[in-house]
Amino acid sequence: MHDKVDVLIIGSGASGAAAAWSLADTKMRILCLEQGDWVKPTDYPTNGRDWEARLFADFAINPNRRARETDYPINDRNSPIKVVNFNGVGGSTIMYTAHYPRLHPSDFRVKTLDGVADDWPVDYATLDPFFAENDRMMGISGLAGDPAYPLHQPPMPPLPLGKSGMRFGQALNKLGWHWWPSDSAIATAEYDGRSPCINLGHCTPGCAQGAKASTDITYWPHALRAGVELRTRARVREISVGPDGMATGVVYFDAEGVEHFQPAEMVIVACNGVGTPRLMLNSRSGRFPDGIANSSGLVGKNLMLHPFALTYGYVADELDGNKGPPLNLWSQEFYETDPVRDFVRGYTLQLHRGTGSIVEAITSTLAGRLPWGEDHHRVYRRLLGHRLGMSTITEDLPEEHNRVTLDPVLKDSSGIPAPRIDYTMSDNTRKMMAHGVARSKEILAAAGADPATIGVEAPIMNGGWHLMGTARMGTDPERSVVNEWGRSHDVKNLFVIDGSIWVTSGGVNPTSTIQALALYIADAIKQRLAAATLFD
Amino acid sequence: MLSPAHLRDLETFAGFMIPASAHYGVPGADDPAIFADIARSLERDTDDVAAALERLAGIGGKPFADLAADARRGVADAFRAEGGPALTALIRVILLCYYRDDRVMRSLGQEPRPPFPKGHVVEQGDWSLLDPVRRRAPFFRKVP
Repeated sequence: MHDKVDVLIIGSGASGAAAAWSLADTKMRILCLEQGDWVKPTDYPTNGRDWEARLFADFAINPNRRARETDYPINDRNSPIKVVNFNGVGGSTIMYTAHYPRLHPSDFRVKTLDGVADDWPVDYATLDPFFAENDRMMGISGLAGDPAYPLHQPPMPPLPLGKSGMRFGQALNKLGWHWWPSDSAIATAEYDGRSPCINLGHCTPGCAQGAKASTDITYWPHALRAGVELRTRARVREISVGPDGMATGVVYFDAEGVEHFQPAEMVIVACNGVGTPRLMLNSRSGRFPDGIANSSGLVGKNLMLHPFALTYGYVADELDGNKGPPLNLWSQEFYETDPVRDFVRGYTLQLHRGTGSIVEAITSTLAGRLPWGEDHHRVYRRLLGHRLGMSTITEDLPEEHNRVTLDPVLKDSSGIPAPRIDYTMSDNTRKMMAHGVARSKEILAAAGADPATIGVEAPIMNGGWHLMGTARMGTDPERSVVNEWGRSHDVKNLFVIDGSIWVTSGGVNPTSTIQALALYIADAIKQRLAAATLFD
Repeated sequence: MLSPAHLRDLETFAGFMIPASAHYGVPGADDPAIFADIARSLERDTDDVAAALERLAGIGGKPFADLAADARRGVADAFRAEGGPALTALIRVILLCYYRDDRVMRSLGQEPRPPFPKGHVVEQGDWSLLDPVRRRAPFFRKVP
């Protein structure tokens, strides 16, 4: 039996770390339980000659492939898009590209503007100061003045354009379409103890330089110094409730498989859009036979994944290849709804540099572009370093049949039922994706890519990076799981702060907005603590 | 661990897939050092690679290494047309070992080293390219 804590946070990733740091100034006793380990900078693949190979092994983005002891399996057979994540201190910020756009103001008002889905119970203006605070804490690079967004000022200058960026810029200018240097969670200067980017070029599976803003090196050092306790290798099985319907704490397993009960005054769930509903559905009791805080029946439903399409081609000139962060530009030309199109809402185009030599060889072989035999070497030399690519990130509207449930058979190494994903792409998303691919081909043509070399992967199979919607927020307890400041409608000392609470998905990478929301909810908790109304 | 017969097939297939080239000054994927790397890098893909080699033998009617050189192309092309996870595992392990060999990397103009700590140089580029976009009026949708 452990001593009772005031605040128990489950998950140390993007949202859990932000909330832990924000709540630390209350001087409450705060504990975070994380099922994974700390990852040492010396463990990251870019330290070794096998840096690309490890993308297919212990740093694979798909947890089923990675299969670390700290991972949990996911039954994703009934989904064309596979869930990708990372489990460790920093969560999936260890394993992301650090592309860091915010949601747009219109994203919070899709029902009002376009008559689809639901409006959010918060808006851009409310979150704006939390976006700014989060940008400061994470250390964001970028350039103020993007006409696609309300004005904001990233604290560091943008990533370099490079040869690939200039080629894209020229092409998009020729078409008269928007482009802008991305807000990026990569330091371009010394910042809060972090070293600036030196263009290792392999950002996704962790940054050995420490330039990429994973929360283990941004929020956590500050939170730990402020007195927050972080307990690793603590895999939570369920959230317990007492006879009064309030959460009493959690049951978890340590690294040796020993079961513990950790009591708490309040519980904050920050396990991402798959891990959170999995935990809530596993938290069954007489009071909540269908999972904790699930009187609406919506826990696990409305899963949104941002289906991605990859479109790429090859130019005659040598470009940046894998040198430099892979993403440094975006185009929001087609982000907002246009009634002329055959779909509502829109998408971001994120513009890529090239790939490393092994990824180029593998992807080109699988695409049938790279021959076997005598001609292999000649063709390969026309591909490596000559690739221009872009991803269409489509807005994925909520649909209840897209869902996370508990697999009846599959379990993790602690015997906890694993999540099962059932997901299909909507017609609206398919039309949007087709539009994005067509525009991407136009950009490639304007950039001088050989039309015979253009390839498309739509949707990207291992593209389930963004996990949203499975414990949605709202003011109606029958149509949402948490209220407008993240508190469960059913359990008044239970909060959800990760991407699960998103009402709609927008069409941008979600980490910036997830963290701004976490800070907003932490601030709401602090205000209500001060007013003694937190559990009213 | 693959059987000796499977290793023989794998070596033959690797050499077929990426032969040595005097023109480019590179070894084939059946080069002893590269193949040794392939053999010790199978790890979690061992079963899939074994299945791939069995499938090649099934298509060809005999182990890939026992096929006449001019018969291998048809068998390999047939397997490539089938696709599947076993084929993916087979080609992946060959490519990820081949394209980290020092000789191969140097032939591509790349330094045989890990990215860290030296990193790479990326030019800033011409930021004036952004001027037309800077002049554009804000176009994000206003909300009520």
